[in-house]
Amino acid sequence: MSAVSEREAMEFDVVVVGAGPAGLAAAIRLKQLAPDATVCVVEKGSEVGAHILSGAVIETRALDELIPDWRKRGAPLNTPATEDRMLFLTETRSYRVPMLGTVMPHMSNHGNYIVSLGEVCRWLGGQAEALGVEIYPGFAAAELLDEDGRIAGVATGDMGVTREGERGPNFAPGMELRATYTLFGEGCRGSLAKQLMARFDLRQGVDPQTYGLGIKELWEIPASKHRPGLVQHSFGWPLDRATYGGSWLYHFGENLVSYGFVVGLDYANTWLSPFDEMQRLKTHPSVRQHLEGGKRLSYGARALSEGGLQSVPRLSFPGGALLGDSAGFLNVPKIKGTHTAMKSGMLAAEAVADALANGRPAEPRSYTRRVRQSWLWTELRDVRNVRPSFAKFGTLGGALYSGFDAMVLRGRAPWTMRHRHADNEVLDSAAGSPPIAYPRPDNKLTFDRLSSVYLSNTNHEENQPVHLRLRDPQRWRSVNWDLYRSPESRYCPAAVYEAVDTEAGDANGPRLQINAQNCVHCKTCDIKDPTQNIDWATPEGGGGPNYPGGM
Amino acid sequence: MKLLVPVKRVVDYNVKVRVKADGSGVETAGVKMSMNPFDEIAVEEAVRLKEKGAATEIVAVSIGVQQCQETLRTALAMGADRAVLVLTEESPEPLAVAKLLRALVDREQPGMVIMGKQAIDDDMNATGQMLAGLLGWAQGTFASKVELSDGVATVTREVDGGLETVALTLPAIITADLRLNEPRYASLPNIMKARKKPLETIAPGDLGVDVTPRLTTLRVAEPPVRQSGVKVGSVAELVAKLRAEAKVI
Repeated sequence: MSAVSEREAMEFDVVVVGAGPAGLAAAIRLKQLAPDATVCVVEKGSEVGAHILSGAVIETRALDELIPDWRKRGAPLNTPATEDRMLFLTETRSYRVPMLGTVMPHMSNHGNYIVSLGEVCRWLGGQAEALGVEIYPGFAAAELLDEDGRIAGVATGDMGVTREGERGPNFAPGMELRATYTLFGEGCRGSLAKQLMARFDLRQGVDPQTYGLGIKELWEIPASKHRPGLVQHSFGWPLDRATYGGSWLYHFGENLVSYGFVVGLDYANTWLSPFDEMQRLKTHPSVRQHLEGGKRLSYGARALSEGGLQSVPRLSFPGGALLGDSAGFLNVPKIKGTHTAMKSGMLAAEAVADALANGRPAEPRSYTRRVRQSWLWTELRDVRNVRPSFAKFGTLGGALYSGFDAMVLRGRAPWTMRHRHADNEVLDSAAGSPPIAYPRPDNKLTFDRLSSVYLSNTNHEENQPVHLRLRDPQRWRSVNWDLYRSPESRYCPAAVYEAVDTEAGDANGPRLQINAQNCVHCKTCDIKDPTQNIDWATPEGGGGPNYPGGM
Repeated sequence: MKLLVPVKRVVDYNVKVRVKADGSGVETAGVKMSMNPFDEIAVEEAVRLKEKGAATEIVAVSIGVQQCQETLRTALAMGADRAVLVLTEESPEPLAVAKLLRALVDREQPGMVIMGKQAIDDDMNATGQMLAGLLGWAQGTFASKVELSDGVATVTREVDGGLETVALTLPAIITADLRLNEPRYASLPNIMKARKKPLETIAPGDLGVDVTPRLTTLRVAEPPVRQSGVKVGSVAELVAKLRAEAKVI
């Protein structure tokens, strides 16, 4: 079913896919440098910020460069980080890492701000619109316009297609947004970025990307407990020593606490459930004392790129470039990607503005050079060995190595550790994985998946094609079930995947039920499925979570 | 015939509303807002009447803060021809809204006002009826079907226990119920075109209406959390619990 012939088209100088920090910074920078350029931003969320999920403690370096008077313009950066804590946890105790600024200099948050990144993006969206950028939330870029060897823009998805793929009564064809340059800021594991990497072989010669899954809750706690500016991180329990991950807990705003947990998606135990790890960590005294007596306001999840420098693909291609976490610019030891995402967007915009003014060559090649000459590259180079050292040496060895790397080598190690495997390749079979028993939720501090997903305000038009597709539906039974016992039903933080009819007496045997309506667009299934059999495609625009202010 | 379609900006139906910590109201800061779904149905009905040739112009109206412009742009993208924003600091009460609409009816002289039966934020279900009363017009509320011919609107109403069909002499007020139609998408090309359609902003004073609230909100509270159930061992125990604990028999 195709609506190609009847869809309308519009020409722009630049189309940006995704209204996150990278895409909006790119759009703003472009209009600053080339005020007459026509710039259009499409965003699959129902509004700017609806799909933005981050801790977030952000560094203002890129923002200072982009909008130096952001304070005067009312940017929602209101809670300066004032106190840093890094805890190593055992099941019952916590040990505070001493002299944090020296041992883990990347974890020092002096001068940084605790924010709701969704709110920051809404503000950036306003700044962009004031400069004449056209932003269209509620429309997903679903298709690359691949013409004459270059990307000539994107097309938004058709609306009103039924579950069976037929045109429903409200069918509305997608629209072609044609552009000289198209910038892809879809965030981690973008569905079009994935196609671009294959189409232009952008990952040739670089390490596989590795990922983490971040799950977040927003809490409102009693004022008497609230300590705005407190930044606490933890590692260790409840994860075993071979699994990378840890928690964050930030006090900010009006009695708000951002609590979240990241698990490296290179985990091996198929029984591991990131969601349940995140829930049970709240029962640890070091977290419980902050949240007890409070109320959970919202919930969400998003994958993030952890590969760092070694995994950054080729950045430009004929007709466009990759921005932010679509390329993988997260600084892992800092656990920050907003300032690098924004910087990459700005650098891409500078390359594109230059190209627009100089004969419009097919590929904005200077982007790569600009990145390599900027602080963004230096910053990622200096921390390039931290994440792989955890994969190589485990939690304690990785922590020791990282301290050594930071204090003694100061990021100038003469070696670069590699990422050997993609995250989907390292899962152990059900028989080879020690089972994990997770406690039941108490519905005060800990919760189940469905009541959590409810708080993400996610929704998808019910009667649309399922946007999570199995390339080979038969393979689920023989691989995912027989070998791994349905890992997707555990790693999915939104209860999208459910193995049903699993009792021995069920006539047809186990099958996979996909509750696509629950999806919060975290992309983990696209990453972690053992045989990469799950393809995440954009659902109808406007669908997905509606994270409120504060998230 | 000209149609007037009032649209309200409300908290999006997907959002789980949260009461402010001080109990003064519902949290709207940073919350996704969109057009009241019943008003979307009203806009759709107006657009269909125009497409059928029964109407010539659709004027969308919203009353509230500056951001109501976005709601009006959605109405324009769906097919309204122009829009009027009556700018107020907060959302006025139904009577004030009805008075503002009456003043706009005097100005615009529409043959029909089509609006949602109620807004999903305060569930007042009052404005359409009040407007009909103020204008002395016929009203067809909870409409699930509307047919026009020779100055008469035949409206099927969803009432308790079934459907009631009424014939209204125009001009008239129609309030839309859920089953009247399924609204179309505001498509991207139409959203782009809607940016160029006229949108006028006026103040309540321009219409000579005082929007000072007459109601005082004492307290807003969340409904009590549903208690989890218990399993009983026998009918006798069930009856005993219904009598002693639930006190329903």
